[in-house]
Amino acid sequence: MLGPAPGPPAAHVPYAGESSVPGAAGHKFDVPVDGPAKHTNDPYVTGTSVLGIKYKDGVLIAADTLASYGSTIRYKSIERLHKVNDHTLLGASGEISDYQYISNLLEELATDDFNHDDGLQLNPKEIYAYLTRVLYNRRNKFDPLWNSLVIGGVKNGKSFLGVVGMIGAAYEDDHVATGFGNHLARPIFRSEHRPDMTEDEGVALLEKCLRVLYYRDKQSINKVQVAKVTEKGIEISRPYALASEWSYQAFVDPTKGAEGSW
Amino acid sequence: MFRNQYDTDVTTWSPAGRLHQIEYAMEAVKQGSAAIGLRSSTHVVLGTLLRAASELSSYQRKVFKIDDHMGIAIAGLNADGRVLSRYMRNECINHNFVFESPMPVGRLVTQVADKSQVSTQRASARPYGVGLLVAGYDESGPHLYNTDPSGNYFEYYAMAIGARSQAAKTYLERKFEGFKEASLDELVKHALFAVKESLQFLPCSPLAFGGRAYE
Repeated sequence: MLGPAPGPPAAHVPYAGESSVPGAAGHKFDVPVDGPAKHTNDPYVTGTSVLGIKYKDGVLIAADTLASYGSTIRYKSIERLHKVNDHTLLGASGEISDYQYISNLLEELATDDFNHDDGLQLNPKEIYAYLTRVLYNRRNKFDPLWNSLVIGGVKNGKSFLGVVGMIGAAYEDDHVATGFGNHLARPIFRSEHRPDMTEDEGVALLEKCLRVLYYRDKQSINKVQVAKVTEKGIEISRPYALASEWSYQAFVDPTKGAEGSW
Repeated sequence: MFRNQYDTDVTTWSPAGRLHQIEYAMEAVKQGSAAIGLRSSTHVVLGTLLRAASELSSYQRKVFKIDDHMGIAIAGLNADGRVLSRYMRNECINHNFVFESPMPVGRLVTQVADKSQVSTQRASARPYGVGLLVAGYDESGPHLYNTDPSGNYFEYYAMAIGARSQAAKTYLERKFEGFKEASLDELVKHALFAVKESLQFLPCSPLAFGGRAYE
């Protein structure tokens, strides 16, 4: 008889260094060259609240310049307000590296507009829609960009102000805030904001809210920037310090009336 | 025997500095029945001559809606025109999905022209044998563009392409200075007159009635 004897085929014999147990050391998996997929499961370096209001001539957006590393006050001069084009401004809170990535995307869009050389630029609403798509797309990959973004702008005499969250949920309003600002600044906006405020009134309101945030949000500092968008264009202030007052009795003796057992 | 040595593929230059294959593609545009377009300060109008290929067939569509704010008229290979109109519709839908705004007309025209340009430089692709008149309205107002197989594109006040389009063009050149202020109805009238110029047999000629040379 020719050929091997009939019977069950011989089992594969592991060769030296190879394990037949999947997952055991030496077992050969088809591992992608760039390794397993990585997701942002928690943010590392973050910026806190961004505030935005509409006012008489356009939109004001404010934020502090802190990038925290966890609870550590790590980088104190990170600017989180970004000029997208002549009439659109972005303010970002959340993971700073994701914000840098988003800035790069927007830079590409602006460069594309410039290269077409036809005078057209994306308007604030389009930037807002675009960012909503990008953030929602990333959350659908279970790899979100860990940011809340405030988009403000003025185009053809109309002001625009909106927020996009890390899962792509987005809304427009006359005043907006991200993160802690949602709890501490928006109640103040609700009682004190008017869309026909002057620039000085608007800046004063934002500074008041930033100060409240500085007192109560431990991941904030009093070095802030305020930016304005009007029909004429965008101005982002240099970072400046907010005065603060720590001699209030409640600050001097914070545990008075709430002493612990130890 | 004479044989053209420089027209076997699109990427070969002739000593006279021409790309013969591209010129043949442009010739295909001239064989298609005429399409004309003209613009006022508020409207753009497209007009085409729908000519049946034979007594037994129907005519083919030459005007396509791209989006709510844009349409094209084509002259040349109808199939290529449909491919480009599908591409344009897709681009408009994608733009609308991402930016929630209508696609700027000029931007789409550059994209189509760039797409045509690719096949003037790569031997593996045949150039499109179709010319487009793109009419649209966007935030900068009404626009009329023409693109052709060479990848060139221009914006126009009025333009005619296709068979005997020179006659239509002559009409438009004679009249275009009044287009800017024209009403929509006047614009349509001019469009019809311009299309009529491209007819082989004018409606008043006995041949036209007897021979059914036009539809």
